[in-house]
Amino acid sequence: MRRLPFLAAAMAAGLIASPASAYMVYVSNEKDNTVTVVDTATMEVVKTIDVGQRPRGITISHDGKFIYLCASDDDTIEVIDTATAQIVSTLPSGPDPELFVLSPDGKTLYVANEDDNLVTVIDIESKGVITEIPVGVEPEGMGISPDGKTMVNTSETTNMAHFIDTETHEITHNVLVDSRPRFVEFTPNGAEAWVSAEIGGTVSVIDNATREIKQKITFEIPGLRSETIQPVGVRITADGKKAYVALGPANHVAVINTETYEVEKYVLVGQRVWQLAFTPDQKTIISTNGVSNDITFIDVATDEPVQSVTVGQLPWGVVVSPN
Amino acid sequence: MKGMVPYTLAIFFGLFLASVNVCPVTAQETAPKPGSTKSAQPATEIRLGYLRAYAPQLALSVLDVPPRDEGVAGANVAIADNNTTGKFMGQQFTLDVTEVKPGSDVAQTFRDMVAKGDRYVLTDISAEQLLSIADIARENGVLIFNVGATDDILREEECRANVFHTAPTRSMLADGLAQYLIWKQWPRWVLIHGSHEGDRHFADALRRAATRFGGQILAEKEFKDTGTARRTDSGVVQIQRQLPVFMQDLPDHDVVLVADESEVFGTYVPFRSWIPRPVAGTAGLMPSAWHPASEQWGGTQIQNRFAKANGRRMLSKDMAAWTAVRIIGDAATRTQGADVKKIEAFIRADDFSIAAFKGQKLTFRRWNWQLRQPIFLGDSKSVVSTSPQEGFLHQVSELDTLGVDQPETKCVLN
Repeated sequence: MRRLPFLAAAMAAGLIASPASAYMVYVSNEKDNTVTVVDTATMEVVKTIDVGQRPRGITISHDGKFIYLCASDDDTIEVIDTATAQIVSTLPSGPDPELFVLSPDGKTLYVANEDDNLVTVIDIESKGVITEIPVGVEPEGMGISPDGKTMVNTSETTNMAHFIDTETHEITHNVLVDSRPRFVEFTPNGAEAWVSAEIGGTVSVIDNATREIKQKITFEIPGLRSETIQPVGVRITADGKKAYVALGPANHVAVINTETYEVEKYVLVGQRVWQLAFTPDQKTIISTNGVSNDITFIDVATDEPVQSVTVGQLPWGVVVSPN
Repeated sequence: MKGMVPYTLAIFFGLFLASVNVCPVTAQETAPKPGSTKSAQPATEIRLGYLRAYAPQLALSVLDVPPRDEGVAGANVAIADNNTTGKFMGQQFTLDVTEVKPGSDVAQTFRDMVAKGDRYVLTDISAEQLLSIADIARENGVLIFNVGATDDILREEECRANVFHTAPTRSMLADGLAQYLIWKQWPRWVLIHGSHEGDRHFADALRRAATRFGGQILAEKEFKDTGTARRTDSGVVQIQRQLPVFMQDLPDHDVVLVADESEVFGTYVPFRSWIPRPVAGTAGLMPSAWHPASEQWGGTQIQNRFAKANGRRMLSKDMAAWTAVRIIGDAATRTQGADVKKIEAFIRADDFSIAAFKGQKLTFRRWNWQLRQPIFLGDSKSVVSTSPQEGFLHQVSELDTLGVDQPETKCVLN
């Protein structure tokens, strides 16, 4: 569900008509089985799409034409046409899909199947399963290097980041991280993989060359107990300078200097913040605040929250149209 | 404000297990392919023992009859989880289950387990049996993980440095319930307790919780076990007439607290009381270490995994055993070996924690090696709440508002 801006794709046709500078934000609402569509120009809800049961992971094709959505309780991935807001097909995800990542060439989806200790590799065009890769217990986080050669899966009970060669589909390295690793994000230059650990309360920065942890980032918010700080979603700016980490029940998003690994700011958003997405112009980052049923727009230049918008119940994932 | 709470051990065992389970499970797992740098060498075996006192038990409701493999099933799921990770680490975990009769002499049995090479032993035996093996364990460098006994005394006067407790205490359970009743502003309670030892201990925990959180126990009654059959065809008629009469002289109250770990009367209290009042404790709203319907905090994943392996729902003792095996597994993963001393040092370290689907990391109370944990409050169908409740604050960990806290402990470890 990570998506760096692909401005080149901006000409892709078929999107919902909107002002040139506006993007569409798609939010999966875990509890009420909907996707909320929010216009970034007006910051208002423009549409609610009924989807399958327990929608969680969400991403979008590079041309902006299709949303891919994990309907976890339906054991499927739904494909939504962004022009019509209709579900047009499904992909064979394996049981209980939660999170996935799209390959940089847009052809392959890598899906974490929590119940079966598997990562399922799906060819989008043929809608076929290419292979299943056994990983640790409760696979969850999925990241892919910008060159598409390395995919990383985290397993929440095994507590490892599994580095997988996308050519051979074999695990090449297992890196032990802190408890309940939830999310993987590569830096834009591909040099580092950032892995959040929800119960451990840390983010491990793994060197992609040595496959060893080079830095462990911890968080401290005055007045909050350490156990409430539970890092989940991670996003890194396209220029590679800043990282944003959603801190779950701590209700804040941490802003980290990627050179010093220092937390420079904690932005107060809503309750139980889990996932994040940038707008393609990188001016805004949006958080999903599950318990307060809203999303927060944060200004990337100032790192100030700009506005919160009420969406569906228990917003989980978020993705922004590339054009 | 007042506060009070009931709870029961028997509860622990769950009220709703529907199906009878088959036998201990084998965990099916897809085997991760090696491929990793670390998985080339032959696997190192890490042996765990599981010592349990077992005899078939009756319950007032057939739904509450403990499954044959209660606890053991949870340990087996965790062994499978450890082995999935172990494939990346070159570690193979095994579980050696030994059953004895309740109340029997377990010393020789335990020595036999030690002789077989069990260096970590989960126990689901009485407090008395546990104390009879603790010193043997210490002499042999064996770590014990108590997954079954909720007795406070094992963490207090009779605490032992080599015994870790993943099961909560009666006082933790009672406090979790009391906090909720106080939060609800239902502070006036009456207490009905059974006449057996466990019932009395739980009643004590409820009285303590009342004092602690500001509940008032307006009156108490003992329900004597007269040894009648627990199930008879005409029993329902009599119970419907007898219970209201039994409760008729109690003063007005907000909640009826029931302490009946022994399954003599507790199940019969809800809906049969003299005046219409909610029931809590070992019946009605029950505190527990786990709830078969909990799906929060990633719980769906362990519930699915457990149900698939065992054909029944996961109960509190299953979770206590799962957690104990995962503690050993996580320590073995992170110390990257099977060195007992290193594993023990890892578990005893200040920053040790374990994830167990309860919304936050769980840590040990270093003064008595009790695992801190939230307490679920639920009825037979769903989770109503989890404690600690909002507003019950603590200078170290809010989880220490549950049970006996460090300043008041009677435990002296040596």
